[in-house]
Amino acid sequence: MESAIIRSENFNAFFGANQVVKDVTIDIPQNQIVSVMGPSGCGKTTFLRCINRMHELIPGATAKGKMLLHEEDVYKINPIMVRLKIGMVFQRPNPFPNLSIYDNVIAGYKLNGTRISKKDKDIIVESSLSKAALWNEVKDTLHKKGSFLSGGQQQRLCIARAIAMEPEVLLLDEPTSALDPISTASIEELLSELKKNFTIVIVTHNMQQAARISDKTAFFYMGELVEYENTRMMFTEPKDPRTQNYITGRFS
Amino acid sequence: MVNGLQLRLWKSRIFEGFTIFLAFLITLPLFAIIYYVVKTGITEINWSFITNIPQPVGESGGGIANALLGSVLIVLVATVISVPIGILCGIYLSENTNSRISYWSRLAVDILQGTPSIVTGIVIYFWIVKPMGGFSALSGSIALAIMMLPIIIRSTEENLKLIPSSLKEAGLALGLPYQKVILRIIVPCGFSGILSGIMLAIARVAGETAPLLFTAFGNPYLSAHLLKPMQSLPLLIFNYATSPYDEWHALAWGASTILLLWVFLLNISTKLITRKWKVQL
Repeated sequence: MESAIIRSENFNAFFGANQVVKDVTIDIPQNQIVSVMGPSGCGKTTFLRCINRMHELIPGATAKGKMLLHEEDVYKINPIMVRLKIGMVFQRPNPFPNLSIYDNVIAGYKLNGTRISKKDKDIIVESSLSKAALWNEVKDTLHKKGSFLSGGQQQRLCIARAIAMEPEVLLLDEPTSALDPISTASIEELLSELKKNFTIVIVTHNMQQAARISDKTAFFYMGELVEYENTRMMFTEPKDPRTQNYITGRFS
Repeated sequence: MVNGLQLRLWKSRIFEGFTIFLAFLITLPLFAIIYYVVKTGITEINWSFITNIPQPVGESGGGIANALLGSVLIVLVATVISVPIGILCGIYLSENTNSRISYWSRLAVDILQGTPSIVTGIVIYFWIVKPMGGFSALSGSIALAIMMLPIIIRSTEENLKLIPSSLKEAGLALGLPYQKVILRIIVPCGFSGILSGIMLAIARVAGETAPLLFTAFGNPYLSAHLLKPMQSLPLLIFNYATSPYDEWHALAWGASTILLLWVFLLNISTKLITRKWKVQL
């Protein structure tokens, strides 16, 4: 049994009086890819956003229960520190349109006022972009605005921006749902590379994607964690009838 | 059936023609004003007109240097006062669309926008001029700043509302504190719009006379002292145009032309800068 880097215990999340995540207890093992799947509105994105405390930014949104990072409750740490350790990539690519590609990658350092030398910056930018499989495409246009890139490149830029901060965990919220199949394939390939250095939790709508890339899969339905298994097991021998119905396409 | 269709086509043509005609019509007063002011005033304008101060009645020559310097200074100080307050208010309103404070604040901004400028002037007179013991350029600047605020607040609010919230989330998810996200990401992304609001506010108050009547008051001599009375272009135009002397009338026309050019240039440069600095979202 691998050691869990993130563990939630009886975790609940609400929008006002509406409970969207119900009593979720889950272990996320280190250096693995865990995909979270389920039909629309099942609470999977909300659960993801609870891990780095982005959920509470929405007016009226609250959370209850334990969310542990290395056995430390993230709800007792300053959210800024939490988000430095747990990076996030969103559904739609959102590079900062006022910054160049270079500045987008080091935005976390630059805007935080962290003093680093030009040399270190260059190293961080090159290694992050290389890890995000974008370096070769943009190395000659580093000082152009990031918003000129294609959607898939922008998303990889956002991944580079997140991993430049060297977080321990990377959360991805349907990172390929706005992208074409080729960009999707390149990002999936990238994720299997990235799990050497990071623990990855990815929310996906797409069962094939979950099956292709993840080590473990969690199935959410109506806010509950129905089943959490090794991906192969989940797709070959689902235990819960609801999981069975979902993966055989009886509801979506 | 066919006749009905013809009739409808005609109606729609007439309607379209009418909108085009009116769109054209509203440009006429503008051209008439520019034509008349520039025609009468342009002959007055030369180097000594902008570098000399007015001469006493009966002596020829003289210029509007004191008014020009005064206008620039008064508006500059008004801008320095109103821009930070206005931008911060605008940020609050764009960030908190539904709070109680923002409801009342927005209402106040709307009312402020509709407040007659003479009323602003008289309030400043009682609040600042009287306690300070005399007319001053600073009090004029404060009156103008109050008039600029609603324009700046509204343009900041509207422009920042256009910035997608995904950018804010991206910043917060990187572990940036709230103020950095706002000041280093959200505001720069909407900056061209905010700037155009500031420029329009400047253009708007540059020609304001009423709030300056009993604040900056006017001064026939060249003065750069912010705590003393100061001349400004609209005041000079008001005083000289209502005087009985032809030389002063000519001076007022010249000053009107300069003022018109100022506003005109501000508007054009606003358009250019906004286009150049626009961040493609």
